[in-house]
Amino acid sequence: MNPHNKSIEELKQTASQVRRDIVRMVHAVNSGHPGGSLGCTDYLVSLYFKVMNYSTDFKMDGKGEDLFFLSNGHISPVFYSVLARAGYFDVAELATFRKLNSRLQGHPTTHEGLPGVRISSGSLGQGLSVAIGAAQAKKLNGDDSLVYVLMGDGELEEGQVWEAAMYAPHNKVDNLIATVDRNGQQIDGSTEEVLSLGDLRAKFEAFGWNVMETNGNSFETLLPTLDQAKAATGQGKPIIILMDTEMGFGVDFMMGSHKWHGVAPNDEQLEIALQQLAVDVASDY
Amino acid sequence: MKEYTYTEKKDTRSGFGAGLLELGRTNPNVVALCADLVGSLKMGDFIKENPERFFQIGIAEANMMGIAAGLTIGGKIPYTGTFANFSTGRVYDQIRQSIAYSNKNVKICASHAGLTLGEDGATHQILEDIGMMKMLPGMTVINPCDYNQTKAATIAIADYEGPVYLRFGRPVVPIFTPADQKFEIGKAVMLNEGTDVTIIATGHLVWKAILAGKILEEKGISAEIINIHTIKPFDTEAVLKSIAKTGCVVSAEEHNRIGGLGDSVAQALVTTKPAPQEYVAVNDSFGESATPEELMEKYGLTENDIVAAAQRAISRKG
Repeated sequence: MNPHNKSIEELKQTASQVRRDIVRMVHAVNSGHPGGSLGCTDYLVSLYFKVMNYSTDFKMDGKGEDLFFLSNGHISPVFYSVLARAGYFDVAELATFRKLNSRLQGHPTTHEGLPGVRISSGSLGQGLSVAIGAAQAKKLNGDDSLVYVLMGDGELEEGQVWEAAMYAPHNKVDNLIATVDRNGQQIDGSTEEVLSLGDLRAKFEAFGWNVMETNGNSFETLLPTLDQAKAATGQGKPIIILMDTEMGFGVDFMMGSHKWHGVAPNDEQLEIALQQLAVDVASDY
Repeated sequence: MKEYTYTEKKDTRSGFGAGLLELGRTNPNVVALCADLVGSLKMGDFIKENPERFFQIGIAEANMMGIAAGLTIGGKIPYTGTFANFSTGRVYDQIRQSIAYSNKNVKICASHAGLTLGEDGATHQILEDIGMMKMLPGMTVINPCDYNQTKAATIAIADYEGPVYLRFGRPVVPIFTPADQKFEIGKAVMLNEGTDVTIIATGHLVWKAILAGKILEEKGISAEIINIHTIKPFDTEAVLKSIAKTGCVVSAEEHNRIGGLGDSVAQALVTTKPAPQEYVAVNDSFGESATPEELMEKYGLTENDIVAAAQRAISRKG
């Protein structure tokens, strides 16, 4: 059971609130990664406020719960905001992001005991392997809940991803729904300029995955795809969703470029961003 | 000198295989992973009895470390198996982030460590693994000396919650520790009490330290011999107590002299009461192809090297 089970209209409101959190968090410490965070907001909001079955009473082993792993850990702002808004910890703690003695490290970690986080990530390419292990543990435990993992598209340049991509179909890890944030951008430019990813559908299909595609910035498209992915579990193949997103989605001057990958807005830019992310400001942290 | 004898020689990796088999029967949470080296790691018996608890990963060690980390999240106790080089250097960052920093209960089991892997040569003979692993915060590093101790260590680490690096080897070596000796993580084992020099050895060098002790005795030198199977956490108390008595020390290991057991001993000494120390270790170099015996000779890791080091250490006493 999802503890929130929100309607599309409510999800949109929540997404707007999460986006406000993201730009305020990175602005406050003049560092962090707003671009990918804004792009993946609708996906994480969908998982935590509609799709996944979980309890906010956090237990590391997550038995009987759907699990989510963030492999591209640099989009920690969206992860932290969604975890807090979902009820894992107080939203006031978002103000400690990237500050000394915080549980909200620059990249997510279990080290400080932040509820909702089950693995450290940031060094790229490791999350798919971890998710596969967690999914196989669920099978051993007779636990029929699901494992979700999000990767960046630039992250697919890491070789470990393809070790894992080969392993999961061979071992019929069919309780796993991986998603690639296909925003086409990475630090040094577009993925096509830096190291072209080619036909990802063909690549993953050749490895034996059940491949789906969706628009990650439209709940109307994304939610049915996530339902379809859930329905396709248990059929012998792992599932991967190639999710098109726009980096910086929701803030016009951050969209369509890799330039806001790891740059924080200044005071003036923050004000413009917040005006575009209209939501009841009383619920800001 | 206390008498140590043996009736049988076996490889320490077989001790690991035997320990894993026993865990398969006694601990339902133990699972095993291997990167295409089942025979070399002696995992066959475990797999035969527990096929559903074995994960063949293929030649993909990075993926293996990640999957092991993930398995812990469902309450499993994963034992990963491959050669020491591929267990550490090849996957340092996977271990660092997904296992050590994430504090996952993974047991990284590494065979064919050091020069005694032999003819395959330097690409496979890692001499830096103890250093890499002990530098990771929260990592326990264990390097047992014979079949019995490796079996006991394999079993003991299942009851310890946290990441462990368990290092063992390929060649057959004398079995001289008691089969029923309890393995206590972090607790040095006193093998012989002496008064003139302390010899602190780990892994395959422990037996050589015993041989050295006998030679020293013939020369009228009384050696205290300590088996330090756990490099981290380091039994500083036992080590310092012994050196306080003998006044000097030899550290002996099948590892680079930089970053290994010797440096743990030196750190304990310089931060308390310095005393002369001599290293028996590989002198910051790679290995090469040859028989294990030839390599131990060429790189200075024999009982005679320990004897010479002991004499040097004694001569430096104030």
